[in-house]
Amino acid sequence: MSKTIDPITLAVLAGRMEQIADEMDATLFRAAFNPIIAEAHDASHGIYHAASGDTLVQGKSGLPIFVGVMSFAVKAVIDKAAEAVDLKDGDIYIFNDAHMGGTHLSDMRLVRPYFRDGELFCYLASVGHWHDVGGAVPGNYNPSATEAFQEAFILPPVKLSRAGEIQQDIIDILMRNTRLPQSAMGDLNGQLGALDLGVKRLDELLDEYGSETVSSALEALGDRAEALMRSELEGLPNGRWEATDFLDNDGITDVALPIKVAVEISDDTMTLDFEGTALRTAGPVNIALPTAVATAYVAIKHIFPDLPANAGVMRPIKVKVPEGSLLSAEFPAPVGGYTETILRMIDVIFSATAKAAPDRVVANAYGTINALSIAGKKKNGQRWVMFSFYGGGHGGSAESDGLNHGNAPISTATIPPMEILEAAYPVMFRQWALRPDSAGAGAQRGGLGAVYEIELLEEQAEAFLFGERGRFPPEGVAGGKSAAMNVFAFEQEDGWKHPPLASKMLGIKLKKGQAVRLETPGGGGYGQPSERDPAAVAHDVSEGYLTEDAATATYGPAWKDTQT
Amino acid sequence: MSKMIGVDVGGTFTDVFVLDEDHGVAEVAKVPTTRPDQAGGFLDGIGRRVKNLSEASVVVHGTTAGTNALLERKGAKIGVITTQGLRDVLEMRRRDRPRTWGLRGDFEPIVPRNRRLEVPERTLADGTIRVHVDLDAVDAAARTLIEYGCSAVAILFANAYANPENERRAIEAVRAVWPNEHVSCSSEILPEIREFERFSTTALNAYLQPEVSGYLNRLDTALDRGGFDGEFLIVQSNGGVMGTDTACRFPVRTALSGPAAGVIAAGHIARSAGFDNVITGDMGGTSFDVALIADGKSMLSPQTSIDFGMVVRTPMIEITTIGAGGGSIAWVDKGGLLNIGPESAGSVPGPVAYGQGNDRPTVTDANVVLGRIDPDNPIGGKLDRLDVEAAAKAIDVHVGSKLGLSMTEAAEAILTVANSRMAGAIRLVSIERGFDPKRFAFMPFGGGGALHTGAMLKEVGIGCAIVPRFPGVTSAMGCVIADMRQDFVQTINSLTSALDTEELAALIQTHVDDGLAVLVASASRFESRDVVIELDMAYVGQTHTVSVPLHTEMNQGQVAPPTTTDIESAFDEAYKATYGRLLKNGQRRVMNLRTAVIGRRPKFDLVTLAPTGGDLASALTGTRSVHFGDTWHETNIYDRLALPVGAKVKGPAILVQPDTTVLVDPGLIAEVDNCGNTIIAPKEA
Repeated sequence: MSKTIDPITLAVLAGRMEQIADEMDATLFRAAFNPIIAEAHDASHGIYHAASGDTLVQGKSGLPIFVGVMSFAVKAVIDKAAEAVDLKDGDIYIFNDAHMGGTHLSDMRLVRPYFRDGELFCYLASVGHWHDVGGAVPGNYNPSATEAFQEAFILPPVKLSRAGEIQQDIIDILMRNTRLPQSAMGDLNGQLGALDLGVKRLDELLDEYGSETVSSALEALGDRAEALMRSELEGLPNGRWEATDFLDNDGITDVALPIKVAVEISDDTMTLDFEGTALRTAGPVNIALPTAVATAYVAIKHIFPDLPANAGVMRPIKVKVPEGSLLSAEFPAPVGGYTETILRMIDVIFSATAKAAPDRVVANAYGTINALSIAGKKKNGQRWVMFSFYGGGHGGSAESDGLNHGNAPISTATIPPMEILEAAYPVMFRQWALRPDSAGAGAQRGGLGAVYEIELLEEQAEAFLFGERGRFPPEGVAGGKSAAMNVFAFEQEDGWKHPPLASKMLGIKLKKGQAVRLETPGGGGYGQPSERDPAAVAHDVSEGYLTEDAATATYGPAWKDTQT
Repeated sequence: MSKMIGVDVGGTFTDVFVLDEDHGVAEVAKVPTTRPDQAGGFLDGIGRRVKNLSEASVVVHGTTAGTNALLERKGAKIGVITTQGLRDVLEMRRRDRPRTWGLRGDFEPIVPRNRRLEVPERTLADGTIRVHVDLDAVDAAARTLIEYGCSAVAILFANAYANPENERRAIEAVRAVWPNEHVSCSSEILPEIREFERFSTTALNAYLQPEVSGYLNRLDTALDRGGFDGEFLIVQSNGGVMGTDTACRFPVRTALSGPAAGVIAAGHIARSAGFDNVITGDMGGTSFDVALIADGKSMLSPQTSIDFGMVVRTPMIEITTIGAGGGSIAWVDKGGLLNIGPESAGSVPGPVAYGQGNDRPTVTDANVVLGRIDPDNPIGGKLDRLDVEAAAKAIDVHVGSKLGLSMTEAAEAILTVANSRMAGAIRLVSIERGFDPKRFAFMPFGGGGALHTGAMLKEVGIGCAIVPRFPGVTSAMGCVIADMRQDFVQTINSLTSALDTEELAALIQTHVDDGLAVLVASASRFESRDVVIELDMAYVGQTHTVSVPLHTEMNQGQVAPPTTTDIESAFDEAYKATYGRLLKNGQRRVMNLRTAVIGRRPKFDLVTLAPTGGDLASALTGTRSVHFGDTWHETNIYDRLALPVGAKVKGPAILVQPDTTVLVDPGLIAEVDNCGNTIIAPKEA
């Protein structure tokens, strides 16, 4: 294994292996039935270490959160196979258990050992978000779940294929447990196809270069990723920095939940210690340990965007998660709202790291996925559910103001067009606009959040919201100020109301002509507001990003003198 | 009156291709592109080859005027009048971000917020007008925009694809107070569902209108003054041409004009040479552009982003770009890995060898030090002789010493990594479309592509490559070949079970009539007229549509209504081809109607371009030491254009022509075909 590899072959193999993963992504995107994979690219593929399950290479087009989480799926399979002393060429494991593989139960993971000359060489894996995996709520988003059993059916790692023989029994069980078997079958075929392609490409690569050279290259790439990470860390000062932020509540009890991190940098190593974080909750804002570690990885990749997707990056980084906390919740704790919790983890990692190296970090983004669904029955009795996530502002940085109305740091998904929603569901958007005065002030301000006001056109419907940031705003860094908080309101006969749990609400009854209104947070500001160019403030006022009163209150009156 | 002139204005050079049909000869010219007004280079280039413009029957132009105005944000000052509550759609985009990692960067739309004015009006998704447009508010908005000094205005109303009435009434109201030809509305430019894409396309069109129509009018006038009496046409991003009047109304359709013409030419050249499946690779200074032609057809994509948040939704030839051009910089990262790009030295300052101030090594520098590019006849830069020593030093300092390689090894390493990335792009483009790249031929064009042919054959496993006779002017040649084409779209959004096929036929009829009217008005000769009808369809619940070709009967220009059964079975066939299986009991929905009306222009016979006479021995101009693999080879240098038809040249060899160097690697053989193309393939064992 330790044969040294020449730099040219290494550079070529780096590209070739990355491409195998990219081609696997492309294969599934093309073949997948459900638009969550086909359009939002909620999937990922990679090559993983035979013994440790560490990420060796991962495709570039999948969802950011998967970059860290996939190796846990492979590790779960390695453990399972070791227990049974039973791993054969042509085996494929399948599972969705989030407590073993991270994220949530909608993500179906396929893990396939790759053998070369009778020996295990590495693993290939494919993960994709299936449209429906049973459970209490179609689409598996159940904000009132207190156990994973209420979220979806749970499949531990089992063999979908034994030595090349697909096990029809497993497929039968899967298809009986989803509301959308056709969609699920299409996605499953797509994932199997992606793994087949990966095997074919690895065969070709190993035929061409030999397994010893490829092994050496994989090892060298891990070392290189580690070296890159260490050299980045060496550019940061030594010390320990803390940051604490809060989740509004768990959706059941109205108690704020602290998420705390201490970032410790010592030469070329970093420790992220989450001691002080809230304990496991009854409601679904828990996450499993793999998700927590993966999230640390996502935050680090945002801070150092040029680092490769390789486990070597994490070697100099230690992630400490206290036992019993909501960041290491054990089975069967519900984890459906994991997005909110990991967004908050990213926020505190940014805030703490900014204290060490402000120019390397952007201020907090809007920090909530805002899963809003409106459901009802049409005149013909047909049931409809409009379900979407909504956008907000990104944080300011040393280089520029934050982006207005961006997507969440853990995702790259775009929002469906308003006209597609209006064509599919009996709703009309009264407003789909930027939200003035929502950006965190700063030398570089945050991006603006948005206002969506949605009127019901049919007789009646119910609305559900799972959001956050209704009590605690996205913070600025380096002296920048906080952004506006999330505000949700709904119209009733006696006027506009707000939910008691701020941004979480179950089953609001709406009548024809009534609306819900979601005002999303902006991003935090970067640097002292007093350092903002008064001309930039005046520009924000003339564009209506900032009202005159807010401008003067935040930045002082100097902007008035710059107007022409 | 028999000369056809194609002019492609690129970032660095303006290329001219003149075909004299009567005498069966073609001539090319290459002059520097002039900036900011490209008209100078345009006329200079034509003037090099055609003294008397009255001899020309047609001038076809591939232009980057629109693309540049978008990229450099140099369009007109425009205003927007939009539905109350929706002024920020253009700025909010589809909630995306510039890059996956880093969360940095912001976005400034081409129309600032204070010039996006709202008026009371609302149409619902089913076309019902809930609020009639407030014409007094429109009038006031128009006056405000005049006061702001706007020169164009876009009217962008919600659901206008379903019912354009409010937009039409608003347009009339604006024109009443503001006589201005640059007033447009979204239902005219793109009557298709998806508000951001429609608004963005319409606003960008308005943004380009004053600029592009001014430019085209200047060219038109100058051509007239030169005695030109023929037809002046513009290449669109879809690879077809349009008249200047259409181009002035829809300048946004020129967004990828030049590259599209190149792919059109490539398709024709490949087909003439007997290859229906070809992957093109255009290597420029900063990028490598790949396009795929399968069964003689280039792929069209429905939209593109010119830059972050600047979405243009009109059919375009699909071109995939990676940052590996001749000017791409080679560097070693902190982890000890050799990288190529994405940073590029471009054409200014350009490679180190150009001596224009860059001291970091590029892909071109590697080709120079290995002897693959003739230092005595530089194609770019301002030096009489390329600075080989400076290039060698840069490679040594920035790559060789860091990796423990000799200078020559380091240069080979740079090419190996660059080739590997280009090969990767070719593989991915074909895989994503479901094709096996090994079934394709490779066609390099642009200045540098033909230096990397051998590597592409080896890396991708492609059987052979075709180097066109004039690879440096492929886009200009494509201008002369392109058909006249118009694309129409209309959102239908109806279940097949509820579809009014009479109404669908009437819509198709309108598209066909409008398209044919343009063909009739054109001075061009057409060999045939084709109508291509497609429906975007999906099962209910799916957002991803498949493109369903619809074959309808046409009787003397009259469209017969298709039956619902026809439509459903066409959908099933297309769906099966895409996804492999049908959905039992799925309800089918027709989302959009797309019609293309095409006037096929006569294709000239490429044999026209073939060399006459000549022999191998006299085409040999000398030898040069060139590095391949791990050793230097004394390599024959040929004057490529002097090689006769049927000539066979064994690698290693270099074929030189004024703007291109063709490299024939050891183990390959190059043969001149009957059109003057060079076919490169492995030597028979």
